[in-house]
Amino acid sequence: MVLRRISQISLMTLFITGNVLGWHILRGNLSTSRLFDLLTLADPLAVLQVLAAGKIVSLQAILGALVIVLFFTVMGGRVFCSWICPVNVVTDFANWLRKRARLDISSENSINRKTRYWVLGMALVISALTGVAAFEWISPISMLHRGIIFGMGIGWTAVLGVFLFDLFVVKNGFCGHLCPLGGFYSLIGRAGMVKVRHNKNRCTLCRKCLEICPEAQVLPMVGKESGIVLSGECTNCGRCIEVCDEEAMEFGLRHVYGK
Amino acid sequence: MSDSERAKMPERREFILGVLKGLGAAGVGGAVWAGFLDGKKSYALILRPPGSIPEDAFLAKCTKCGLCVEACPYKALILAKPGEGRPMGTPYFVMRENPCRMCRDIPCTVACPTGALDTNLVSEQAVSGKKILAVNHAKIGLAVIDRETCIAYWGIQCDACYRACPVMDKAITVEPVRNERTGKHAVLAPVVHSDHCTGCGLCEHACVTKKASIFILTRSIAMGESSARYIKGWEEKDEERLRELPEETVTKTPRSEKNPLDYLNKGEF
Repeated sequence: MVLRRISQISLMTLFITGNVLGWHILRGNLSTSRLFDLLTLADPLAVLQVLAAGKIVSLQAILGALVIVLFFTVMGGRVFCSWICPVNVVTDFANWLRKRARLDISSENSINRKTRYWVLGMALVISALTGVAAFEWISPISMLHRGIIFGMGIGWTAVLGVFLFDLFVVKNGFCGHLCPLGGFYSLIGRAGMVKVRHNKNRCTLCRKCLEICPEAQVLPMVGKESGIVLSGECTNCGRCIEVCDEEAMEFGLRHVYGK
Repeated sequence: MSDSERAKMPERREFILGVLKGLGAAGVGGAVWAGFLDGKKSYALILRPPGSIPEDAFLAKCTKCGLCVEACPYKALILAKPGEGRPMGTPYFVMRENPCRMCRDIPCTVACPTGALDTNLVSEQAVSGKKILAVNHAKIGLAVIDRETCIAYWGIQCDACYRACPVMDKAITVEPVRNERTGKHAVLAPVVHSDHCTGCGLCEHACVTKKASIFILTRSIAMGESSARYIKGWEEKDEERLRELPEETVTKTPRSEKNPLDYLNKGEF
């Protein structure tokens, strides 16, 4: 948890120094950026939307997107969500508050967890129809990230919207149900290398991992059989590992341990 | 639907219903989404960085990364914030406050990773045959003069815009015109020439009137377009243009569609 915040905040800091102080470590923002002025990195979903909008993107951007896809294929797709994405900080806070205020107890609204794939599909279809990268125009992720670096405008309303939605409407509503970028990285994550591994023999069925997990549907094996978390929807946040007293959860490399 | 009924429902039917529900929801969401985008898209007055491709394509290609904004050494480029009414996250100039300084190495255009800013649009062939950057090909916009508020047109001597122009004596010239009011002086009138004006905005920045009397508009707004068949008969080259046009071009109106030529003889009068 602490490590995740450090990762999120230090990346943010590198982007900010890139703009304000003119450091050249990391410039731009999460949509597209330059690392040490050498390597271009690009949000693969953004690039995909531009392509869907019928525009040819530069080779540089496509390569940048491939670098990112490759990175997350190794690290597990939704590592982005829990270790990099600034909105995660907001929704985690909403979730924490939700627990403290016991809002969970009131009747539970729910949305299908698969909605994000619909939104992802729609993002591409609408990009094709309107000729602009559809999600990039409403994404609270880029709004928040860009806002912190270049100035917020009224972008904070979108972020507040996400916060309130997660706090009052649906638990883990945005990140766990709607966000198409999370959906996209879920798809990549299926092929991910770094995975959480469960050891049934150590498990005492305390269910702490299932309670803390923001995507609890990825842990069907807990207490039943040993194995790795295969679902791409796992964000590799490591909360289950942290919370487990019996060390029945751990990070592992998929191909080293085998299935 | 009660539980017992649901249990009886064939699996296939449930599946189809599920898909339909999903499609319906997607349709509603999509319509709202697309409508929202359409409203956000059109902002014809925005002044883009040098080398920007046509606005429609620009909006599609720009990923709003801000690298051009960070590259600008004068901090002239601004990334539109949500709620400004401009397409958010895209770069623009406010010339009166901070105009484009026409850097020779055009760092903003070079920085663009997606091709929304295209160096080819601000390059020329050097004598050696190599392509080199030439910022004077930039077409950010076009300077327009309000002759009613420009004090030079009143007859007061001012050449602030002329002096500020980096394409001096080409983009803005000063034309001496007889001052009809005094009958013996000249009005030194600044005139903009669209083939050389880059729209950098240094003139708007320099203008001494309270609200600038020379200002940059996007070329699509500032310029008209004459029909292809009007020929400047006094220019030899312009006549050649006629040969490249297709032989027959007919203007079609609802009336001419019905009855193109002969209505005079058909008793319609």
